[in-house]
Amino acid sequence: MIAEFLAVSIRIFSGVQARWLGCPPDTTQRVYFANHTSNLDFLVLWSVLPDGARRKTRPVAASDYWRANRFRYFLANSVFRGVLIERQKVTRSNNPIDQLFRVLLAGESLIIFPEGGRTTDTEMRPFKSGLYYLGKAAPSVDLVPVYIDNASRILPKGEFLPIPLLCSVNFGAPMRLLPTESKQAFLTRARAAVEACSHL
Amino acid sequence: MTASVADFKLGALTAGVLGLLVVASIVGYILRLKTTSETGREVVLNLNARIKAWWIMAIIFLLAIATGGIGSLVLFGLTSFLALREYITLTPTQRADHRVLFWAFFVITPLQYILIGIRWYGLFSIFIPVYVYLLIPIRSVIEGDFKDFLARNAKIQWGLMVCVYFVSYAPALLSLKIPGYERQNANLLFFLVGVVQVSDVLQYVCGKCFGRHPIAPKISPNKTVEGFAGGVACAVLIGTLLWWITPFRPWQSALMSLVITLLGFCGGLVMSAIKRDRGVKDYGATIPGHGGIMDRIDSLCFAAPIFFHLTRYFFT
Repeated sequence: MIAEFLAVSIRIFSGVQARWLGCPPDTTQRVYFANHTSNLDFLVLWSVLPDGARRKTRPVAASDYWRANRFRYFLANSVFRGVLIERQKVTRSNNPIDQLFRVLLAGESLIIFPEGGRTTDTEMRPFKSGLYYLGKAAPSVDLVPVYIDNASRILPKGEFLPIPLLCSVNFGAPMRLLPTESKQAFLTRARAAVEACSHL
Repeated sequence: MTASVADFKLGALTAGVLGLLVVASIVGYILRLKTTSETGREVVLNLNARIKAWWIMAIIFLLAIATGGIGSLVLFGLTSFLALREYITLTPTQRADHRVLFWAFFVITPLQYILIGIRWYGLFSIFIPVYVYLLIPIRSVIEGDFKDFLARNAKIQWGLMVCVYFVSYAPALLSLKIPGYERQNANLLFFLVGVVQVSDVLQYVCGKCFGRHPIAPKISPNKTVEGFAGGVACAVLIGTLLWWITPFRPWQSALMSLVITLLGFCGGLVMSAIKRDRGVKDYGATIPGHGGIMDRIDSLCFAAPIFFHLTRYFFT
């Protein structure tokens, strides 16, 4: 209920336009990976998913940020059903990849930002290796590159008041880890795929 | 003149608009059945989307002016807000412009319409061109980023002038005190918007039917000499025939219509130049078949302030 209402509100405020260029908007299990420039990123991506898909798609978020206070934790846990992962002290028992893999095993989709944090400049940072390990652990799940345009102008990093500009979300063609592909080659290819979505 | 006469005129206009839309919808339907070629079908599909959107826009506009002042204020205020949003989205602004833009959207735009609403001519006519014009670079310089300073500020100032200041002159027509025309100002607003939009539509129709020679091939490849001449001529004729809803005599009404249509045409060209420069075809996708809000009101932006001031100078 709250989630649906929120999704509609976000769509109206951000005037977001979704362009499903490489795959149809359906409930297929996917890992959406996108560029990250604003706190709005996952909200707009999440809000343009079809209702059915949104219910089974979980954003991956930093545990330290979303557990910082009760309100954030309520949002992350009950509304967005985020998968909260540890950024700083990764141990064998809280290994993020295992956590994400379990979500995929349950048949749910994920939203991840492989740059590992928000960027303030226009260039994307190199991708962290999580996406590679995820692709390796679940080779049959489609990895969908997504480019989110203009969210950083609506709410740049460090600002708390948004301005009502229009943004767009471009979905590219699904990709998978090739059997012989090296980690570096795959991550470079994935990053290029996100970048390619910006020109569509 | 009594209010009931004004109401009667507005009723007649409403019936006229709805009648036109019925005719347009029927023509669109017949064209859809008759067109077989691939390119023709695309044009007709777009035409029908436009007609459908016209129904919605016309009904919203008629409802707004039927409520008198407040409805028109809210409608044009929202239009300004959405147009500014499309304009700024398309304009490259920097990180340091964020707070200035917040002011533009949430303080300056509402304030301009409040000033129009309380009919404070002395302030609403200079608020954006003087006070805001100075405020923006001042607020901007506080941020301390001098990169492209002039260009960044000019873009925001320009956007506020075109999307907010100029558009707000349309509802400002309601505040004019024209002797012998009391309580009929809504009809004047109808006249302006009607002539501007009819001119746009007829230029499009004449262009599609007889268009051969592009008038500004680099800026707007779809505009033709034939479309321009035919559209302006027909719109001036219609404007003249509407003299009875205005405080003008027929010849004055004809001249006003000519000024409105010519400025409207120029407004369309100027706003197209910005789109070309940014490499896009439309300002947005809010209105199916038309593009963005800005694509629909570009001609109004340029026509409204001049129409207001001409009417104010000669008739009040």
